[in-house]
Amino acid sequence: MSIEEIIENVNEILVDEFEVDIDTITPDANLRETLNLDSLDYVDLVVSIESISGVKLGEADFKEIVTFQDFYQVLFSKVQQKEA
Amino acid sequence: MEGFIRNIKQRVVITGMGIHSCIGTSLDEVTESLRAGKSGIIFDEARKEFGYQSGLTGYVPLPDLKKALSRRERISMGEESYYAYAATMQALEQAKIDSDFLSAREVGIIYGNDSTGQSVKEAADIMREKKDTALIGSGSIFKSMNSTITMNLSTILKLRGVNFTVSGACASGSHSIGLGFMMIQNGLQDCIICGGAQETNMFAFSSFDGLGVFAPDNQDPTKACRPFDANRNGLIPSGGGATLILESLESALQRGAHIIAEVLGYGFSSNGGHISTPNVDGPSTAMLRALQQSGVNFEDVKYVNAHATSTPVGDGNEAEAIAEVFGNHKPFVSSTKSMTGHECWMAGASETIYSILMMQSGFIAPNINFETPDEQTEKINIVRQTENVEFDLFLTNSFGFGGTNSALVIKKHL
Repeated sequence: MSIEEIIENVNEILVDEFEVDIDTITPDANLRETLNLDSLDYVDLVVSIESISGVKLGEADFKEIVTFQDFYQVLFSKVQQKEA
Repeated sequence: MEGFIRNIKQRVVITGMGIHSCIGTSLDEVTESLRAGKSGIIFDEARKEFGYQSGLTGYVPLPDLKKALSRRERISMGEESYYAYAATMQALEQAKIDSDFLSAREVGIIYGNDSTGQSVKEAADIMREKKDTALIGSGSIFKSMNSTITMNLSTILKLRGVNFTVSGACASGSHSIGLGFMMIQNGLQDCIICGGAQETNMFAFSSFDGLGVFAPDNQDPTKACRPFDANRNGLIPSGGGATLILESLESALQRGAHIIAEVLGYGFSSNGGHISTPNVDGPSTAMLRALQQSGVNFEDVKYVNAHATSTPVGDGNEAEAIAEVFGNHKPFVSSTKSMTGHECWMAGASETIYSILMMQSGFIAPNINFETPDEQTEKINIVRQTENVEFDLFLTNSFGFGGTNSALVIKKHL
């Protein structure tokens, strides 16, 4: 899966399942603040990401993520590791 | 016959009602269905394919709450909570209770529910496939608990009063009103959201169907449910949501609320017998206790909304119990389940609403499909056609597995 496909799939699921306005999703925007994530939402984000990528994000992964760009990049790395 | 002396504490009134059922999703629509004797029963082919013995069910549309509630709020709600929410918002609107009132006053919720079959099944499906609890999702636990409705509605509405679910089998909705009544009567709360909801999906009822007590398939599904009829041969599952706003008379008068009716009595009992086969004494005790608490004469009860589900033993025993309790007085009796099917955990609340709607509009809905009485059911006065009659007091019965019984006496507020 390419980084472009990851961005497209992630954004699609955020719009569909997290009901986020697509215009608020920009690479530099803060993920937690934009999605207004609480502890329960992180649980659902893990489920949604696993459903589109087969990759399960953990607590350590989220510590590296601040922006959407970080989010796409962490996911891309994990997908590549899985596909390798 | 002499009346009982009523022990007056706080008087408890109903100031709002909401209904989402297979015979309508508004009070007006349900009133017209009741008047017309319109059935909400359909045949569902998917149930037969799934392995049900009977494909008959009440059809209840799922409310679309996407615009009303956020994702975070909806994700914790299963089918039963959707119905309960729809009914509760109607009831609050009728009671003219808004978010300002809810934040200024201590309002409680006591709601009847006794299953979350679909939600439990969905969580188990994910576990079988993923073998990882982290992939079940955050909403599952809140959807799977029996108290799902009270935990969701109390959070959405930001309630700060009493908050718990009543699981009393098919008497859950009735007990919720009875317990709310007792709380307010004793001055513990001013206002409580009461009611009952019932999921209708096929996962919820399969084990019930397994007992072989559902009415067999019928060419005309609307003819299959025949409470009290000599040829009755089983119940039909159904569901939805029904909410009543209970309030102290003092609180209702203080805020100038429209008072719909007054709860006069709540009688309860347990059969002390078989887990599924009902008896006569338990229901009789519940009815007598409700009447005793109400301080009314037997003759004051013009209408009895029967629990009768269309099973041979249950309906017969209830007919015996009603005949025994009321003696020479023969109140009108009908089972609205002839039209709605058995709304189970919701039934006690929905049937209280159905009866109030009839009382408000001056008619008694027919016990449709009742054609031939038997030895037991000929002892009571069953309404065959819509009866245009003014009445201001009724008793409504709800009984459930394990022998739990509840009877409520409700009076029109004049």
